[in-house]
Amino acid sequence: MIEIVSVDRCIKCDLCVDACPDNVFDAVPNAAPVIARQDDCQTCFLCELFCPTDALYVSPLSETIEGSTEQDLLARGIFGSFRREMGWQNAKPRGTAGDLSYRIFETGTITP
Amino acid sequence: MNTSDVRLDTDVLVVGGGPAGCWAAWNAAANGASVVLIEKGYVGTSGATAAGNTTTIYTRRGTTERAATVAQRVRLGHGFTEPERVERVLDRTLHNLDLLAEWGYDFPTYEDGRPYRGMLRGPDYLRFMRQKLIKARVKVIDHCPVEELLVSEGMAAGAIARSRRTGEALYISAGAVVIATGGCAFMSGALGTNNLTGDGYLIAAEAGAVLSGMEFSAQYGISPAYSSVTKGVVYFWGTFSDEAGNVLTAPGDRQSVVASELIKGPVYAILDKASPRLQEGFRKGQPNIFVPFDRMGIDPFTQRFPITLRHEGTVRGTGGLKIDNRAGTTVPGLFAAGDAATRQAMFGASTGGGGPNSSWAMATGSWAGEDAVRFVRSLGKNWRSRSVRTAAERPPTRPSGASTDIEAVLDIVKQQMLPLDKGYFRNQKSLSDTEHLLSDLWHDESWRTGRASKVREAEALIATSRWATASALLRKESRGLQRRTDFPDANPVLSRTIDTGGTDLIWTSFHNRAQASAAS
Ligand SMILES: Cc1cc2nc3c(=O)[nH]c(=O)nc-3n(C[C@H](O)[C@H](O)[C@H](O)COP(=O)(O)OP(=O)(O)OC[C@H]3O[C@@H](n4cnc5c(N)ncnc54)[C@H](O)[C@@H]3O)c2cc1C
Ligand code: SF4
Ligand code: SF4
Repeated sequence: MIEIVSVDRCIKCDLCVDACPDNVFDAVPNAAPVIARQDDCQTCFLCELFCPTDALYVSPLSETIEGSTEQDLLARGIFGSFRREMGWQNAKPRGTAGDLSYRIFETGTITP
Repeated sequence: MNTSDVRLDTDVLVVGGGPAGCWAAWNAAANGASVVLIEKGYVGTSGATAAGNTTTIYTRRGTTERAATVAQRVRLGHGFTEPERVERVLDRTLHNLDLLAEWGYDFPTYEDGRPYRGMLRGPDYLRFMRQKLIKARVKVIDHCPVEELLVSEGMAAGAIARSRRTGEALYISAGAVVIATGGCAFMSGALGTNNLTGDGYLIAAEAGAVLSGMEFSAQYGISPAYSSVTKGVVYFWGTFSDEAGNVLTAPGDRQSVVASELIKGPVYAILDKASPRLQEGFRKGQPNIFVPFDRMGIDPFTQRFPITLRHEGTVRGTGGLKIDNRAGTTVPGLFAAGDAATRQAMFGASTGGGGPNSSWAMATGSWAGEDAVRFVRSLGKNWRSRSVRTAAERPPTRPSGASTDIEAVLDIVKQQMLPLDKGYFRNQKSLSDTEHLLSDLWHDESWRTGRASKVREAEALIATSRWATASALLRKESRGLQRRTDFPDANPVLSRTIDTGGTDLIWTSFHNRAQASAAS
C-alpha cells in the first residue's frame, strides 16, 4: 500500500494525484498531496513512476501497514527503486528497449 | 438533471481505457468519428494491463510458431476454441504491434538484433496509447466511472458517468457505445484489478445484453502471500512445498495442486529452477515482480516465501458479454471488447493469461472501434435528436440517510466468491447457498445509500457474482476452469456454451450448437 509522501522531496506537481488509478490522493493547495483514501490503494506502484522526485513509497504489503520510516527507506536506498529499475525519468516512459523478457520463452518451457 | 451537470455528445463513446478501449478509440477516430474515451481511473495506469507487464503474441499466419499457438489454444479450449477466430485475432495483433513499432514504441531486440515484439510493458504501452489518442483528437476523460447506459428504441445511445472528484454527473449521448471496462476479479486484491468490478457487464445487461461463459471465471493467480503481485509466469520455474518443507508432487496443473494444499495450510514457493540467464531476463523484464521482493528483503531464487492464490475472475478467466465474430453484442449499437467480452471462441474453458488475452484486447478493441463507426453512419444524420432514456431499472441511490458500510456489503460478496472451497472448487450445495445469499443481497434496498458510485460498484459485483454462480450451477460437469467436486469429469454432451443475463431475475440457458456455429 502507499505509505509515504515525502514532504521534503515533493515539488507539489500533483502528477500522482492524477495518475493514481484509484484516486487515493487529494491535492492540497501549496502543499504536498495527502494520502486521503489509503484503503483504496491497489499496490500497483505506478504512482512512483510518475513522481519526478522519487517522493513516494509504496510498500509491497498489500493488506497490512508496513510502517517504514522515511529515514529507514532513505538509508536502504529504496525511494525511487521501482522507477530506476523500469528506467523512467521525470515522469516519462523510458527503458522498454532493455527488456530481456524474450528469455522466458527461449527454452520452449512455455509458449505464449 | 442538475444545472451543474455536464452534457456532451459524440459519435462513438468508449467506456474504459485499458488496451481494448484505447484500440477501440483509436480505430474509431482513424475512421473519421468523433470519440470520447471515458475512464473510471486514469487512462495509462488503470486496469489489468497497466499494472502488469503483458506478454503478447507476435506470429505470422502459416508459420510453425503460429500453428503451435493455435494448436495449444484448441487443446486448452476444451471444445470451444474456434481455430479461425484465433487466427484472425492473431493476424490483427500482428498488424497492431507493427503499427506500434511504426509509431515509435521502443520495442526491445533479441541479442542478434532482431526486433522482439512479444512483450508490452503495461505503463509504457498505455502511456504511449494515451498520447496517440490525444493526438488523434480523442477526448479522454479520467476519473469518471460510467454508471448507466442510455438507450433509444432498443439501441445503445450513450451513458451517464459521474466524476469521482466532484460528484458531478456527465450525460454523454452517442451514436454507438463500446464497453471496454475489463473483467471482474471480485475485489480479490489481484494486481491492477481494483477498478474491475463488472460495471460494464451490469450496464449492458440492464440494456438487455446477454453474457456467456460466466462459469469459466474461476481463475486464480499465484502471488506472494503478503502481496498483490499475481504474476504467475515465474512459478513455471518454481518448486512448491508445505509448511514442513515437503515438496508438493501431486499430479495435475500447478494451480490446482497449490489450491488443494492451501485449503489445508500454508504453501511456500522458491524459484529454484531458473538459470542465471533467465534470472537476469526476469529481472530486466519484470521489475514489478522483483522490486517488491527486494523491498521485502527476499531473494526468491534462493529463499522460500509463502504464497497464496488470488481470484482473477473474468480478467484471466473467459466469461463476459456475448459477441458476434467481431465485437457486436446482442444489443444494436453496443459493442464489447477485451475482457468485457466472452473469450470462449479464442481460449474456451481455460485462462487466456500469458498472451491470448492481450492479443484479444487489441483485435476486438480494433473491431469494436471500426464497427461502431459503421453503426453510427447507418443511423443517418438525425440520430442526435432522438429521445433517450436510462437503461438502469433501479431507483436512484438515496444520497442522504445513514451511510451504510459498503465495505460490509462487499465483504459478504467476497466471502462467497473468493474462498478456494467455494470459488475454485464448487459443488451444488456451495453454489446454491451462494446463489440464495446473493439474491437476497441484491433485493435488499437498505444498503443502497451514501456514495452513489460505491453503491454502483457493489451492484456490479453482486450481479457478476450471480451470473457466475448461476452458470456454474447449470454446468453439471468439470471442464477447464469449472471444477465441480460433485461432477469431477467432463460430460461430452455438455460441450455447449451457457448464456446468462437479467438483473432482478437471473436466467441461464445452454446455447444450442447449431446457433453457436451460425453466429461464428
Ligand atoms: C497480473 C496480471 C498479469 C497479466 N498478464 C498478462 C499477460 O502477460 N498476457 C496477457 O495476454 N494477458 C495478461 N493479463 C490479462 C490482461 O491484462 C487483460 O486481459 C487485459 O488487460 C484486458 O484489457 P481490457 O482493456 O479489456 O481491460 P483492462 O486493461 O482491465 O481495462 C479496463 C478499464 O476499464 C475501466 N473501467 C472499469 N469500469 C469502468 C466504468 N464503470 N467506467 C469507466 N471505466 C471503467 C478500468 O478502470 C480499466 O482501466 C494479466 C492480468 C493480470 C491481472
Ligand atoms: S500504488 Fe497504485 S493505487 Fe496505490 S497510490 Fe500508488 S498509483 Fe495509487
Ligand atoms: S508526483 Fe511526487 S512531486 Fe509530484 S506531487 Fe506527487 S509526490 Fe509530489
